[in-house]
Amino acid sequence: MLDFVPLWTLILGLGVFFYVLLDGFDLGVGMLYRFLPDSESRTLAMNSIAPVWDGNETWLVLGGVGLLAAFPLAFAIIIPAVYFPVLILLLALIFRGVAFEFRLRDTKHLTFWEHGFSYGSAAATFAQGVVLGSLIQGYDVQGRAFSGSSLDFLTPFSVFSGAALMVGYTLLGACWLVMKTEGALQEHARRYALWSLYGVVIAIAGVSVWTPLVHPYVAERWFSWPNILYLAPVPVVTGALILWVWHALRTGKEIVPFVGSAAIFVLSYAGIAISLWPYIVPYHFTLWETASTPSTQAFLLIGTMFLLPIILINMGWSYWVFRGKVQADIGYH
Amino acid sequence: MDLDPLLLSRLQFAWLIAWHILLPAFTVGLASYIAFLEGLYFVTGREIYFRISVMWTKIFAISFGMGVVSGVIMPFQFGTNWSRFSDVTANVLAPLFAYEALMAFFLEASFLGILLFGRKLVPRWAHFVSALMVAFGTLLSAFWILAANSWMQTPAGAEMRDGLFYPVSWLQIIFNPSFPYRFAHTVVAFYVTTGFVVVGVAAHFLLRRRYIEEARTMLSATLWLLTILVPLQIFIGDEHGENSFRYQPAKVAAIEAHWDTRARAPWVVFAWPDEEAEINRFAIEIPLAGSLILTHDVEGVVPGLKDFPRDQRPPVAIPFFAFRIMLGIGVLFLLTVVASLWLRYRRRLYDSVYFLKACVGIAPLGFVAVIAGWTMTEVGRQPWTVYGLLRTADSVTPSLTGFDVLVSLIGYMLAYLVIFPAGVFFMWRVVDHGPVESDGTHAVEAGKPRHGAAQAE
Repeated sequence: MLDFVPLWTLILGLGVFFYVLLDGFDLGVGMLYRFLPDSESRTLAMNSIAPVWDGNETWLVLGGVGLLAAFPLAFAIIIPAVYFPVLILLLALIFRGVAFEFRLRDTKHLTFWEHGFSYGSAAATFAQGVVLGSLIQGYDVQGRAFSGSSLDFLTPFSVFSGAALMVGYTLLGACWLVMKTEGALQEHARRYALWSLYGVVIAIAGVSVWTPLVHPYVAERWFSWPNILYLAPVPVVTGALILWVWHALRTGKEIVPFVGSAAIFVLSYAGIAISLWPYIVPYHFTLWETASTPSTQAFLLIGTMFLLPIILINMGWSYWVFRGKVQADIGYH
Repeated sequence: MDLDPLLLSRLQFAWLIAWHILLPAFTVGLASYIAFLEGLYFVTGREIYFRISVMWTKIFAISFGMGVVSGVIMPFQFGTNWSRFSDVTANVLAPLFAYEALMAFFLEASFLGILLFGRKLVPRWAHFVSALMVAFGTLLSAFWILAANSWMQTPAGAEMRDGLFYPVSWLQIIFNPSFPYRFAHTVVAFYVTTGFVVVGVAAHFLLRRRYIEEARTMLSATLWLLTILVPLQIFIGDEHGENSFRYQPAKVAAIEAHWDTRARAPWVVFAWPDEEAEINRFAIEIPLAGSLILTHDVEGVVPGLKDFPRDQRPPVAIPFFAFRIMLGIGVLFLLTVVASLWLRYRRRLYDSVYFLKACVGIAPLGFVAVIAGWTMTEVGRQPWTVYGLLRTADSVTPSLTGFDVLVSLIGYMLAYLVIFPAGVFFMWRVVDHGPVESDGTHAVEAGKPRHGAAQAE
């Protein structure tokens, strides 16, 4: 039988990354929403993500069902272990999602839906960061099931990574606004982008130092010879990217900050993947040990190879149509 | 009080799926209705079809949006609360769920945008094709989800090794014994449900003497369609029942509250099934009808619940009453279409106040029937998640405490009690606004900006 695991790892890895990058910036815009100076700029900010946010969120569902189909044992262990973060994530995404629809239809409760949007964005981001942190910590596993308690996820490390992701998504959101807006709103966004960039430096440094301390496996991966030599470019390039984004923000560039921040996310994502490889349920099960049977992976692959490129092309087209600065009159009616 | 994580997880799933199923029940039917209207508009060029289509498209957009939001929740339930089920069945069921998601998003990314925002941007035929593709896409989603659900009812094409299911034949897995019946019965149910909503809205307009021309068009065409679909649905339902009788006899015994296996069995019109004493209290029965309905023969032998060990019996009262609610609504719908034929013959279809009021009154009942039917088939499958092979008690996430699930259940209840009434209210506002002429700026209240607007201007 053919081994489909590498291919499915690639597909899911890309899917999760698309989610982090795309929903990342629109959750970031959501978190900044309350801090924008006036209702006009808030509307502009919302319009800048309105055409794409639901497409961005689809990657979460594709990631979820993809994990269930390709690596079901990982799904069956990880999701129960993060029962409450997943609950918070889903509830937050509900309120955030309907806020797009209901905000202008229901002006009597405008404040309620606006709070739903901004606090929902913040809570969803925090919950995702907590999931990531808890994954790096690892879970108690007995047989084929999570055997800990539903509050095991909650540690200083997972809370820190929740906060770190909030800072990171805020950077993406601010850089998105720098790219998509002009004038006073852009100036605000630029300032928020710089602040969150400093926050990102602290967050990345914190996670990088803390992660190897959380589990010796990760320390071994990074600091054993000759790994330390091969992997040295990861932190070096990350540092260079941070300087690049900082310089671009200081010199009034519009597109570079977003591209550079996205690249910082690529590197951070790669760093976590390097730390945990080949585990998907860290320190218990590898990708191959949790994979569904080859017949299942093959059956789903047929349709995925056909549908996924079309979804990607459509999504790219949709970003192309709405390229350039966001206009006040394009939005909700 | 002891909180049982299994019972609470079941309540949570029931709560989430019951609300969620209302949306496909509406969007599947509405998508086809919109495609039908767009087709009429394309062929005849009459503006009235356009106006009606625009109104229902606005409602479709809200309903679809809520369907997506509540649908995002569902796959994660399999992980949070039913992780054992996921582990054991994923090889077989997960690709079906994944295909549903892939196709739904494929549809959303491609054709929904054109349907909702692209009327001015694409030729008329392309808009019609988009409407057709959206309708087709909603049917495909229903196809995959019902394939998965049917497999849980009548598993086939898979084998169990070391406690996990492995696929043997994908064709047998998808086209398992109950799937064709369930798919037909569910899709027609969705069409009928939507049809009576359209009829109800039209009747409401006629009673208020507003949008008379549009209302007559909606009322007449939809009632013709229902005149075919309602009897067809009763026929399919009977066939589906026969299929359940063959593959899930315990479920049918519970639905009919039959305790003893016997020929010439009666049909229980009403009773209070007493599961402890294994008898029906206060029973009203029609002699011989039970055998006749299930086996189409008065001498036919109908198995009773006592044939099954107690730990393999589903609850009796819930499927029993759920079936009677569904059946009662079906009969009411049948009487309505018969009345409509009579009124048509008398040329009073549009001005019989009693009939129009009745149409408004029964408009939401399709949703009740859908929930009742769903409850009947799911509770009737108990105590199994995969009929005869995997118990519900062995499907739940082992690490959960009752308190965990209580917290999440309350969270989901509060969220849905805010979101769903708000959504219904916004849909009602669209209806109240009526099928008015598009105002030229092409304002579709869809929660989305116009696709391609930047290009067009």
